Amino acid sequence: MTELRAVLAGRAWKYGDNIDTDAIIPARYLNMSTPEELAQHCMEDVDPGFAGAVRTGDIIVGGVNFGCGSSREHAPLAIKGAGVSCVIADSFARIFYRNAINVGLPILVCPAAAHDAANGDMLTVDLQAGQITNNRSGLVYQTAPFPPFIMKIIEAGGLVPYTRAKLGQGRA
Amino acid sequence: MRHTLAEKIIAGHVSREDGGTGVGGVNPGDLVEVAVDVVLSNDITAPIAMREFEKLGVDLVFDPGKVVMVADHFAPNKDIKSAEQCAMMRRFAQEQGLPHHFDVGKMGIEHVLLPEKGLVLPGDLVIGADSHTCTYGALGAFATGMGSTDIAVAMATGQIWMRVPETIRFVYTGALQPWVGGKDLILYTIGLIGVSGALYHAMEFAGPAIDALSMAGRFTMANMAIEAGAKAGLFEVDGLTTAYVEGRAKRDYHVLHGDPDAVYLQVVEIDASMIEPQVSLPHLPENARPVSEVGNVVIDQSVIGSCTNGRLEDLRVAAGILSGRQVHDGVRCIVIPGTQQVYLDALREGLIETFIEAGAVVSTPTCGPCLGGYMGILAAGERSVSTTNRNFRGRMGHPDSEVYLSGPAVAAASAVMGRIAHPEEVTR
Repeated sequence: MTELRAVLAGRAWKYGDNIDTDAIIPARYLNMSTPEELAQHCMEDVDPGFAGAVRTGDIIVGGVNFGCGSSREHAPLAIKGAGVSCVIADSFARIFYRNAINVGLPILVCPAAAHDAANGDMLTVDLQAGQITNNRSGLVYQTAPFPPFIMKIIEAGGLVPYTRAKLGQGRA
Repeated sequence: MRHTLAEKIIAGHVSREDGGTGVGGVNPGDLVEVAVDVVLSNDITAPIAMREFEKLGVDLVFDPGKVVMVADHFAPNKDIKSAEQCAMMRRFAQEQGLPHHFDVGKMGIEHVLLPEKGLVLPGDLVIGADSHTCTYGALGAFATGMGSTDIAVAMATGQIWMRVPETIRFVYTGALQPWVGGKDLILYTIGLIGVSGALYHAMEFAGPAIDALSMAGRFTMANMAIEAGAKAGLFEVDGLTTAYVEGRAKRDYHVLHGDPDAVYLQVVEIDASMIEPQVSLPHLPENARPVSEVGNVVIDQSVIGSCTNGRLEDLRVAAGILSGRQVHDGVRCIVIPGTQQVYLDALREGLIETFIEAGAVVSTPTCGPCLGGYMGILAAGERSVSTTNRNFRGRMGHPDSEVYLSGPAVAAASAVMGRIAHPEEVTR
């Protein structure tokens, strides 16, 4: 789980609108389920070079409706397994949004930052402050904050630890 | 008062111990915890859900009768890894004593199967680790797709959090043209609003054309609400719904209706009499066109089936066109009945004979080619017309293959013509 206090930094991998879950992880690989296995095929059909060239900390930048399509949690798992530190987009498809929060992949809604970023730009993300800095341009972007309830899940480290804690309280 | 059907179903499921605003009804934007009536997963999403379930420190699912598992995506097992995933699910179902684990021989494509078995009913709140869980909205249920971790938590607790969606109402007037069905209405609608046109919202389908639409057509429309980004796609319960549910339901259910003065985010009126059979061009469902405007698109394959169009009514439409005709020499036509029951009914009606005599193949129920699994994968440069729900790049095979979405009439007519065709080109 990414520490909330962590400042993330990495190169931008820029993609367009409606990046679907078949693009993130083609269904032919859904006979596997570990992040490590899935990562080897992440973005394979839209960007065959991605899995080989992505470095730990890199950031995926998408347009509108990022992660549309299937409910496969394999999609955020593949991205996480590839070492990507966060995804920034204009907007996220709702199941992908839930899945990313649940598995502890930081996602940020920020149309301006997503629009301005070019492939290969160095980006710095301060999760706590909700700030994205484009190191090339020097511009700083403020993201919309998460609703308090969702913030609780993020702070707990994902839905499973959140639920574990809640179930523990119920028994005490 | 002033609440939509979606809001009323959610309000009725807000779990009291977790607070929420259930008593006076919920409002769009509220984040609530709700009790679920059915929790669904399948052979590709259950393995991750079971792994996360183990981490929760809970031994047993909250209610074995409400946890449904279906081996349909890569089953009958397409390879060793798929076999391992199905085996994992089978073990879990045995250990947990799940009465609704559907294995090969009993299984079908989940979203055709669950309504058929009476496992999802009007007024239910259903979540499934499959994006097309929204299909059950055709029954006047609130049903939505989630990921495996959400499903793990719901299997353990019977509860899940959700944001109450705004509702967009689509009102269809006029009588449908010949060969136009639910698939054409929903492709047209997605073409109108785009693949993120209903993002985070519920879609509600109403109007005289909907009143006249069969349950199969309604399942098809609700099924594709997700392709407009929607959380759910709902229909009001009417005589057709209750007739469908009667004899299938084995428990009580509660029919709810939206208030006459319900507040909608938007109301979209559509003159359905103007809608021709539709085709969605690669690589997004929103690329919908009237079939007459598609031009000369030569095809290599035609797939008739899936959770969208794998029901008996769909097969009847296809068989009506293929009867006494031959699948074009250059086309592989693959027919996939949605469930064992659909298969058996089609067999008894003589539809299977029609397909085989026409030169089509008939497969056991499976999601198979829809998501590029198996049973009809495309090579580079190949094109398939398909009654499935997604035409994303690489969806049915090679990244350089193409999928054209249509209803069963256009898919069958195209199989005969060897190119995308209006059913009237074949039948006139």
